[in-house]
This record gives sequence, C-alpha cells and structure tokens, in this order.
Amino acid sequence: MSTGPRNNDFTIRIANVNGTGSASANTLLMKSFFRMGIPVVGKNYFPSNIQGLPTWYEIRVSGDGYMARAGRVDIMLAMNAETYQKDLADVAPGGYLIYDSTWPRRTLLNREDVTIIGIPLARMCNERFSTARARVLMKNVAYVGAVAALLDIDMEVIAASLDKTFAKKADLLADNHVAIRLGYDYAQANFACPLPYTAQRIDKTSQHIMIDGNTAAALGAVYAGATVGAWYPITPSTSVMDAFASFCQRYRVDEKTGRRNYCIIQAEDELSAMGMVLGAGWNGARAFTPTSGPGISLMSELLGYGYFAEIPAVLINVQRCGPSTGMPTRTQQADILACAFASHGDTRHVLLFPSSPEECFYFGATAFDLAERLQTPVIMLTDLDIGMNDWMVPELNWDDAYRPDRGKVLDAAALDKMKSFHRYLDVDADAIPYRTFPGEHPKGAYFTRGSGHNMYGAYTEDSNEYQEVVDRLRRKWETAKSYVPGPAIWYSDKIRTAIISIGSCDGAVIEARDRLLESGIGINYMRVKAFPFDEQVEQFIEAHDRIYVVEQNRDAQLRSLLILETDTDPAKLLPLLFYDGLPINAQGVIESIRQDQAKGKAKGKAKGKDKGVAA
Amino acid sequence: MSFITKPAAVHPRSPKNELGLTIRDYEGGMSTLCAGCGHDSVTGAIVQSVFELSIPPHRMAKLSGIGCSSKTPAYFVRQSHGFNTVHGRMPSVATGANAANSDLWYIGVSGDGDTLSIGLGQFCHAIRRNLNMLYIIENNGVYGLTKGQFSASADLGSKAKKGAENQQPPIDPCRTAISMGAGFVARSFSGDKQQLVPLIKAGLSHKGFAVIDVISPCVTFNDHEGSTKSYEYTRQHFHPALHADYVRPSEEIRTQYNEGEAMPVTLHDGSKIVLRKVAGEYDPTDRASVYSHLERSQQAGEIVTGLLYYNDGLKEMHDVTNVVDQPLSTIDHSVLCPGNDALQALQNVWR
Repeated sequence: MSTGPRNNDFTIRIANVNGTGSASANTLLMKSFFRMGIPVVGKNYFPSNIQGLPTWYEIRVSGDGYMARAGRVDIMLAMNAETYQKDLADVAPGGYLIYDSTWPRRTLLNREDVTIIGIPLARMCNERFSTARARVLMKNVAYVGAVAALLDIDMEVIAASLDKTFAKKADLLADNHVAIRLGYDYAQANFACPLPYTAQRIDKTSQHIMIDGNTAAALGAVYAGATVGAWYPITPSTSVMDAFASFCQRYRVDEKTGRRNYCIIQAEDELSAMGMVLGAGWNGARAFTPTSGPGISLMSELLGYGYFAEIPAVLINVQRCGPSTGMPTRTQQADILACAFASHGDTRHVLLFPSSPEECFYFGATAFDLAERLQTPVIMLTDLDIGMNDWMVPELNWDDAYRPDRGKVLDAAALDKMKSFHRYLDVDADAIPYRTFPGEHPKGAYFTRGSGHNMYGAYTEDSNEYQEVVDRLRRKWETAKSYVPGPAIWYSDKIRTAIISIGSCDGAVIEARDRLLESGIGINYMRVKAFPFDEQVEQFIEAHDRIYVVEQNRDAQLRSLLILETDTDPAKLLPLLFYDGLPINAQGVIESIRQDQAKGKAKGKAKGKDKGVAA
Repeated sequence: MSFITKPAAVHPRSPKNELGLTIRDYEGGMSTLCAGCGHDSVTGAIVQSVFELSIPPHRMAKLSGIGCSSKTPAYFVRQSHGFNTVHGRMPSVATGANAANSDLWYIGVSGDGDTLSIGLGQFCHAIRRNLNMLYIIENNGVYGLTKGQFSASADLGSKAKKGAENQQPPIDPCRTAISMGAGFVARSFSGDKQQLVPLIKAGLSHKGFAVIDVISPCVTFNDHEGSTKSYEYTRQHFHPALHADYVRPSEEIRTQYNEGEAMPVTLHDGSKIVLRKVAGEYDPTDRASVYSHLERSQQAGEIVTGLLYYNDGLKEMHDVTNVVDQPLSTIDHSVLCPGNDALQALQNVWR
C-alpha cells in the first residue's frame, strides 16, 4: 500500500505503560477525530495486569468508515522505553515515530524510512506541574497536544472535549488545558506542521455514537427487562455487569421507596452464577450472566440442565483467547463449538453472534425473548474486541411498542380454567411446552428435574418415555430456526465465490471485499448471526462453488459447525483463520484470498479449464 | 422400597389445618428409598410440619441436589414446586429463585455428600448471603447411591460396611454453618420426630438461613457395628442440648416453664420458639461457647442435638439487596424499560 500523504486515513498507535493514566488521554484523542466528523475506531491492547506492563492503544482514522484494525501503524507514539525497539519496527515505511526526548535513546536512528520526532514531554511537564501525579498524567495529555499540531486536529474540538470530560473537576480541567498547549506549542515551534497525514473535518459521524459492546449488551438487558444478574468477575466480561449495575442504579430504583426493581448477585464462582440464573428463570424473572471462556467451562453442567429441564437463561460470553487461562486480555472466537454443545449428552444451545456493539444492544434484548419463547439457555457470543473496544455505531433506537415475548406461560386465570397442567406436553405441535411460575396457582405445580422425565414431568427410566422427550427437544430445535435472526447476505448471482463469516470479523471482511473488488475480484458475503442456522445459510452455501470461512480461531470452528449442521460438501469451505489474539484486519483476509485465487487460476490453466467444486 | 400404594381416600374425620387441608394433602409420591431409611422419617416430619404450619402447597418451593436425600422432595407436598438441581448446586439455584421471588417458602433438602463435598462452597456462600430458606441435611456419613463410600461427614475411625476405617477428619455442618454466620443452626435425628418437627417449623419461620443437620442413618450401607452414623450409635450418643418448642402466631404458650428455664424467642411472623435448657449451662446465643461446646462434644463422640445456635438479628439476603417485595417476574415491562427518550438522552455521553 502506498505511503504518500493521506487525509483522514491513518493509524496512530500509542505505546505506553499500564497504570499511568493514559486511557483518558487516548480517548480524548480518538474522540477528537469523531467530533470532527471523521469515522474512527479505537483498539486497546492491554496486559492482564494492573500496573507497569506494556500497553498499546491504536486509533484508526478512516474517512471511508472502515472499522477493522488497520494492520499497519503510520504514527507511533513511543512512550514506553521498554518496547521502543518493537514499536519502531512496527511503523509502516514512510511513517512517523514520536518519542519523549527528555531522555536520549541510543537506537533512535536505526530506520531511515521512519521520521523520528522528539518532544521533551516529561521535561516540559516536570517544569510546569508541581505534583508527581500531575507530571505523570499530564505527559499523556501533552502528547495529545503534540499530535493535534502534527495532524492539524481542530484545537477547539479538543478544548470542548476537555470541558465536557472535566466539567466537574476544575483543577484537572485547568491542568489539562495547560498540558495540551505545552505539546501543541512545542510541535508547532519545532516541526513542520502538519505532517502528510491530516485530519480534515467531514460529516460522517453524525447520528453515530462511540460505545463498547459490553456497555451496549448491558443496556440491551436493561431494555429487555432483565431483572436478575448473577455473575463472577472475569476479564473481558466484567464491564457488562458494571454497566448493568450503573444503568439499573439510574433507571430501576423506585423513587419513593428507594427499593430496587432488580437484583445483582456476585456469585462465588461461575457454577453458582449459572445456578442462580436458572433459579431466577425458573421463577419467571429475566435473568442473565456475563462471562468468558473459563466461565463457560464451569457453567456447562448447569447449561445442560437448563436445556433438558427447559429453563430460560441468557449468557453473554465475551470471548477471549483460550485454551485454559489462555490470554485473558486478547480476543478470539474460539468458544463457538464449546457453546453450541456445552454440557454432556445430546445438548445444543441457541447462539447469537453480534458483530458490533450496535448488535450487542439489539441482540442483548432479543436473547431474552428467544430464551423465554424457546424455554432454553441462549448464549450471545461477543468477544474482547467488540466488548471492550470503542466502536463507532449508528445511534441506538428503542421501539417503545416493544413488549417482551414471555413465551408460553400459563397464568392463574388460564390455570383456573384447565383441568390439569403437564409441564412437558407438546400441546401446539411446535415442540414448545407450556410453563408456569411457582406460587401462581395450585394447578401449576410441577417438578423440575435434570433426570429422565416423561412428557408429564414425572421421573422416568422408561426408554420410550425418555426418548419421546429428547425427540421433542430435537423438534424444538427445528422450531428455533424460525425464531433466530437470519444471516446478513450480500449476494450477486453472477458470483460463485463467497465469504462466510461471523461476529467481529465483519469489519475486516467488508473492507477486504471492497479492496478485492477494486482489483477485479468480486465476492459474495454472508454473515451468520445465529445458531441454529436457518435455511438461508444452507441455500447460500449451495449457491457457491468456493467459500472462504473467515473466523478468529485455530480450528475452524464455524466451518466445522456448518459442516456438521448442513449437507454441504466440506471441500468447498476453505478455512481462513486468524487467531493471534489481535482483532482481525482486512489485509490478512485479502492476502489469503488473493493467494488462493492465484493458485486456482494456475491449477485451472494446467488442467485447461477451471472447474468448480460443485455445480 | 415399599410397593404398597396408599389408598386415595381420606378418613372423613382427619384433622384439617387452617386451609382446610388434611395431612394427606401434604404428602408426595411414593418413596423409592430402602425400607427403614432415615430419610423417609425426615420426609414424614416435613409433611407434618408444613401441614401444621398451614402453608399453601403451591406457595412452597422445594429444592435439592443429587443423592438419596435429594430424591426426597418428590415424596412430600405434591402440589409444591420441586427443583431437583445438579449435584451440589442447590444453594445457587435457591439463591436465584429467591432473588426473583422472595415471597415463597423455600425448603432445601440435601445430603452430606451433596452439601459437604461437592457442594461445600455453595453451602457456605448461601449461608454468607443469609438466604431465607430452610436447609435440611440428611446426614448418614456415606454415599448411598454409589454404594457405600465414606462422605465428608464420616467420623474418624468410623468403619465402612466392609471394615475399612475412615482416616480423614469429618466436616461438621453445624460448626461450619456457625462459623459462616448462620443465624439458625440445629441438629436432630431422623428417629426423633418429637424434636425434629418443632425444629423444621421454627426453621421455616426463621427469616434467614436455617440449617438442620439431621442424622439420618443409611440402613443399607452405614448401619453396622463400628459406624458412628448407625441407629444404635446415634441413639446411644444422642444428647439434646436444649429443647425448642414451636408456637404458632395464633397460639399461646401453654406449657408451664420453671423460672429461668425457658427462653421464648419471637420470630418475624409473630410465632415463637421456646428454648428449654436440658443440661448444664448452655447459651444458644453465645456463638463462641456454642462452637467450643460442639467441638468438645465431637471429640467425646457425642452427638449434641437441638437448636444449637440462634441469632435473629441478622439481615437476610433480600434486606441486603434491597430488592422490592413484589416478585420480579410480575413487574410490568413499562416500569423496567427506560424507553426511547431516555435512551436518546443517555447517548450524549457517547457522542
């Protein structure tokens, strides 16, 4: 890719040490682009640690609105001496590296294709600020000022952002304004500003917000009417419950009595969290638990219980790198199979795959409707990239006409008219039985068990009675296909090559398709939004000869699931796998597809003609 | 197990409770446990207690884990809501159920394996939360369904059926519960219904976590000589520390007590427990002395029974979470959902 002058199309990476208060400065910088109307995305690469280890924050400015990680760095702010070598190496040819020139560095000039800019940030801040804390914090703000000068960022936007952020902290506000000017003025006085990279005001961010997926998912749960949240803290899902608690504090406390219309319980472990969700769901409350990979492993037994005893439950799995403890602060999509079939026996779970915080909000609400309609656990699989990074998404809207789908629940009036109630009878021939809430009515009593039961809910070890129930559960799975969200499809009947992808791969795939199209390669695209797959998924696969399945795990888990659940020929599903723990970028997808296409052509020439795998 | 189904007919002069129900209305399915199993006696005591308390059957949630004891909720109060959870996880399910609706009667039945081994963590944390429920442990020192392995409550030196001696110290559920902060800790014996029924009634009426450790011998795998959980051993080493009489809100204390001998405690619903000392100085409200008394008794191989520890001044989970009394499932969505206007206003922070 060329490295010439670029407006509104560059990536800044800030290398820092965690625990030094750089997060607010980085957010300030990112928000400045956003408030200038330029689409932007922030990616945080942080350690599983509180203080002292390297951390990077990456801001991609993309006038074209691409939301994936750029996969290149144009401007590096090398604030961490420990990682300086690596940071310098990561700068794209023609790029810039900004460092704190308070202390000289031996290896400054070992790349001729990178321009090095030294700014004495620490010295300036030490001279200007009196407390140790301010000196450390304001250094971060000062580099934002310097970048503002170098990239021609509107200083009024920055000033307004500071005013908004520190509206209630007058001391900090004044210091921040001073620090911004320190960096800005130094850069203006000492360098030819701006650089060939500039930020130019456009109008592509109105009606948009910048939000992380965990916050959005929590908000979805609030809007869906979730009342019980049980959880055990685990990275990267913890902020889901933090956000839920803060929204509930704001919207769910009875003004007169001060009592809460919700209950949040921090459990002793994930097993317990899942047990609580089942208990609450059984009792009629909309209940959920946010977790991540290790939590799913621990919850598995109770997930199987929820499936077999048919209890609504919602799980939000913010996926991180596995296996085992893995890399807790890195992203992956490697729990697809573990979630689809979590627990022993013939168990399968409804899954939702949001691709952005926007979908986390809407699916976050949908999950509760599905769980109650289908009377089963529903797992929404996001990942660290969606969950913890700030994404630019369209403003969220809520339809006030929405009413929760509580599914088939018999209330006291209905039970009163009935002769008798049996929990697991398939009355409507859609394999979904009726349920009751404990305490509602004497006729509504039933016994919930994970042991073998018959269609009346009674304990059984009778082969036929048992099989009747598990066969109905399988039929219920078929019913589920008509309720889950169908895939998003971009399709032209002239094209026989396609990409199938999932979740947070979306941004990279969209960008890759645009780039490939520019070079004459048109590719159709389907993004799977839920499991079970509906018939569109199978039809899409049938309509193509060669399909790249793009996902973020080592073992091609989405591809495996497609092969398991459809009649497709595995040979035409080609895995494109990304599992280094960093958010996927378009370049990797583009290169893999180009290579494969070139290989296909060479093979076609050798044979004399290019045969598709399937007609 | 017994194969004789009880006749459905009820004697016309069977006593009725305040709801007009007879004790037969509080029975459940036929037990499939071994004939003579202590657990069936506990089931009988539960039936009698709930009948006498006039609890509407459908207002009761009965939960259990896995094991012989955990089968028993199927054998009492047919018209209540049963939840036979997975092994060791009944406390968490009960916690979630209670979070959603605190307005039901919660009774949990578990065993020594379910509570003290696989479920020890959940047991402890339910106590820490002071979950409002009665938790009955049917304690026989042995795994019955898997045929006779020692459980975590087996005493040092207690012998298995085939002669092996237990080498690991036992976990005492009562001392565990006291140290975790339970406000109602009792021990009883499945063979002593006189003692057990008032304890169950008091435990159900207590606001907060009430635990009753019921020594309930396993006739098949742990009722032999050398076992410290047999009928014979329990009868010989059974020492009531104090009697607890349960008096309903509508009743008056009729029994005459000598001065200084009885201590009436009024429960939140107006009912009373009258505690009567049996032997020496025993103060059921002095946590440290109760704990050391239990410690010494255990070392002496004695089984101290009765309401061992009582503290009614603790906040239960519902008080701490400050959740509304109304079941959460019944709150209208319009109250729970902030609506689109609020959403639009909220989003300013993300612009």
